[in-house]
Amino acid sequence: MTDWPILSAVTFLPLVGVALLLLTREDSPYGRRNILNVALLTTVFTFVLSLFIWIGFDNSNPGFQMVEKAEWLGTGISYHLGVDGISMLFVILSTFLMPFCVLASWHSVEKRLREYMIAFLLLEVFMVGVFVSLDIVLFYVFFEAGLIPMFIIIGVWGGKDRVYASYKFFLYTLLGSVLMLLAIMAMYWQAGTTDITELLAYNFPAHMQTWLWLAFFASFAVKMPMWPVHTWLPDAHVQAPTAGSVILAGVLLKLGGYGFIRFSLAMFPLASDYFAPFVFALSVIAIIYTSLVAMMQDDIKKLIAYSSVAHMGYVTMGIFAANAQGLQGAIFQMLSHGIVSGALFLCVGVVYDRLHTREIAAYGGLVNNMPKYAVAFMIFTMANVGLPGTSGFVGEFMTLIGVFRANTWVALFATTGVILSASYALWLYRRVIFGALEKESLKSLLDLDMREKLLLYPLLILTIFYGVYPAPVFDATAASVDALLNNYSAALQAAQSVALSAN
Amino acid sequence: MTADTILASLQLSTPEIILAVGALALLMVGVFSGERSGTTVTGLAVALLIISGLWLVLATGEGQAYGGAFVSDPFAKFMKVLALIGSITAMVMTVGHARSEQLDRFEFPVLIVLSTLGMLLMISANSLLSLYLALELQSLALYVVAAINRDSLRSTEAGLKYFVLGALSSGMLLYGMSLVYGFTGHIGFQEIAAALTAEGRSLGLVFGLVFILAGLAFKISAVPFHMWTPDVYEGAPTPVTAFFAAAPKVAAMAMLVRIVIDAFEPVVADWQQVIVFIAIASMLLGAFAAIGQRNIKRLMAYSSIGHMGYALVGLAAGSMAGVRGVALYMLIYMVMTLGTFAIILAMRRKEGGNVEDINDLAGLSSTNPFMATVLTILMFSLAGIPPMAGFFAKYFVFMAAIEAHLYALAIIGVLASVVGAYYYLRIIKVMWFDEPTGEFARTAGELKLVFGLSGLFVVGYVLIGGPIGAAAEAAARTFF
Repeated sequence: MTDWPILSAVTFLPLVGVALLLLTREDSPYGRRNILNVALLTTVFTFVLSLFIWIGFDNSNPGFQMVEKAEWLGTGISYHLGVDGISMLFVILSTFLMPFCVLASWHSVEKRLREYMIAFLLLEVFMVGVFVSLDIVLFYVFFEAGLIPMFIIIGVWGGKDRVYASYKFFLYTLLGSVLMLLAIMAMYWQAGTTDITELLAYNFPAHMQTWLWLAFFASFAVKMPMWPVHTWLPDAHVQAPTAGSVILAGVLLKLGGYGFIRFSLAMFPLASDYFAPFVFALSVIAIIYTSLVAMMQDDIKKLIAYSSVAHMGYVTMGIFAANAQGLQGAIFQMLSHGIVSGALFLCVGVVYDRLHTREIAAYGGLVNNMPKYAVAFMIFTMANVGLPGTSGFVGEFMTLIGVFRANTWVALFATTGVILSASYALWLYRRVIFGALEKESLKSLLDLDMREKLLLYPLLILTIFYGVYPAPVFDATAASVDALLNNYSAALQAAQSVALSAN
Repeated sequence: MTADTILASLQLSTPEIILAVGALALLMVGVFSGERSGTTVTGLAVALLIISGLWLVLATGEGQAYGGAFVSDPFAKFMKVLALIGSITAMVMTVGHARSEQLDRFEFPVLIVLSTLGMLLMISANSLLSLYLALELQSLALYVVAAINRDSLRSTEAGLKYFVLGALSSGMLLYGMSLVYGFTGHIGFQEIAAALTAEGRSLGLVFGLVFILAGLAFKISAVPFHMWTPDVYEGAPTPVTAFFAAAPKVAAMAMLVRIVIDAFEPVVADWQQVIVFIAIASMLLGAFAAIGQRNIKRLMAYSSIGHMGYALVGLAAGSMAGVRGVALYMLIYMVMTLGTFAIILAMRRKEGGNVEDINDLAGLSSTNPFMATVLTILMFSLAGIPPMAGFFAKYFVFMAAIEAHLYALAIIGVLASVVGAYYYLRIIKVMWFDEPTGEFARTAGELKLVFGLSGLFVVGYVLIGGPIGAAAEAAARTFF
């Protein structure tokens, strides 16, 4: 499997779709059909191809696999790709969610469908690129480039306040990222390379780690998003079209968590250890505060957006607990959240397409005429709450175990988040689905059609499957996570013995 | 290598001689064939610039000429090629607008050739005297070009403003040069550096240095000597503005690099703080002042002020990496600017001619998707968002600043670039998010070619960046 560049193929395959889309015309229903088919085929094909990465992946190898390397821009910047246990599943997640985005936009995108699909395919290129990059400059290029299509998607096909939301999204994330860029340059001059594999092996001096960690934190905390820099997310989610929300919650938020694991934790262990209480504090605040905020929302999408922030709090907490349970749990939580929150946004999209409102108050009693929808929505809600048997439980539970080992008080407060999430999610469910079907506008609503079943059922199966049998994910991540943590504790011990001998 | 015979000197400066002789010949052609010869002369002028450029690349050696007053080295060649490309492109872009902006006189191409000649000499100038003469040759031609549309109040005002302020800066420059000469006893760059190393610096020299930097800062429109830029950009006919924004900036920046790195290398601490200050001031002013602009030409003026600030970040580092960054920055900046101005020139309504308001671009993505896409790419590139070329330009200059431990400069710089992103995004917003208000007339072929190529370069930089970076590195190695 390693003799042909599968990672480049998966990363850039959507560009073929872009090229084909440029040849199509949109002016007839027939043309529209073509555009949708091209986009759907491209994304499905990319997904299928990306599955070969998983098939060819060697679970016992903690290092990078399927490596490709070529000279690129001089001064040491190389085109270097590869995946390990930490990044591989994120690649699959990105390619997996894309066909759903295309399907979700089947009818709801009425104008400029061609540009819309091009933007999504470009976004896929950049997202996959982030996860497979093994050169830090290449990583940054992909990381930032993703802003461009997302900005356009929110701004052109978004809701009423789309301009404000798109600006906020773009400038917030850019502001965080440019500081990371400077840190990347400082790392280059210190270590003499931009290659991630070499940087992982390099020991940065302790005082420098602190600054580098802060600069990376500025970027990833915004992307994640962590409290208090999360405010762009609810705006972006509410204004973005359904598929945009799915990608935003499903993949773009994971870039921050992936960055924390790959860079902050692995490259700056001393600083990560030093700042861990700080991250714990922010995470716990995020979990409790944003859960409370979520409870008070009257817009469904906004509620889910705030619940995403709370769930990302578990992720950051688990990552900086820096033990196997915490880290494995964080990765699992991110993957599970990618599926579950994506599915929740798709559920919102289903009713939004029918009624064109996201006000919770406009709904009620849907269980009477949309039973299938009610079941699907319920399972995803339960997964969001973290009910055992759904994938949401595994991640939350693991991160809580991890953080319990690191700091019991943090675990105590974080666990209240489980209760809070149950209250806002169940309350939302009650208000939308249960109750009497009284509103006139709701009485004529039809249950899920074929396309919507195709959208929700696969996600439903996965949610339950990984809730019952999470082993495939843990098998893939275990070796890399262990290797990372060994390096981490070795670095801490080395620093400690230096400090002791200095005394 | 130093040319010791006059013949060898002539050989090293053949591209310049071609331009000088050619400009005089074109003048004769113009005079003898009368008023209507503008198009012919423009074509011949473009041919002349191309011949000069080919000669420069293929047949010009390296070394000092005319007793050390003139130098031809890889850095000079790199920058000269940029200046020539800038001039040629700007001239090509005038073709469609010659009649309406009164640019169809034969004097216009001749003046462009003469100012390009001045630029080439500036880039190659290796002593204070040749530098000043070259600069004046370039500037005098530019003053006239700015006011070429003499029936337009705005154009003549722009020309006059440019002349008065330009003369002031030339005066400062000359005063600084005389101080430097007085305190070191030399006008050649290497001799000045040798004298500074041997004798150390004196207060008088620092005064001279500051005056020289002030004079040169005016030419690249860096803050606080930027005041003329928005007015001249707005007032001059658009093809002329396109010309002003590209080639002269490249030449002036090359001149600044050479003088501080070659002549004042021993007193690096003295000029570094000045460069750091004007870099920071330019980046901040460029970012904040552009926010309120409605006229796209004025906006580009502030944008160019900001970009000069970014280029100076590389210079402030004063290292190999820094000069490479500057060379690369000027290349990428020039391509982006020419592309953007090609689009501004294409902003022409069927009735009422050219428009310059940003809101006139409303809904361009549905009325003219190709132009909108290219302008979007260029705006993201100017804002420095990867994977566009503009990101790599910024990457290399900031990398040099980090290497030189100029952290404050780098941090202020990247934060200013976020502020700057705001107004570039506004143009994108107007094109994509707003409803169309009207259509533009059909775009002329040559403009389409220019902005198409420019967009292609900006996107394709990720593929072709390796060799370009290597060329910039070779140019930078000249000094180290």
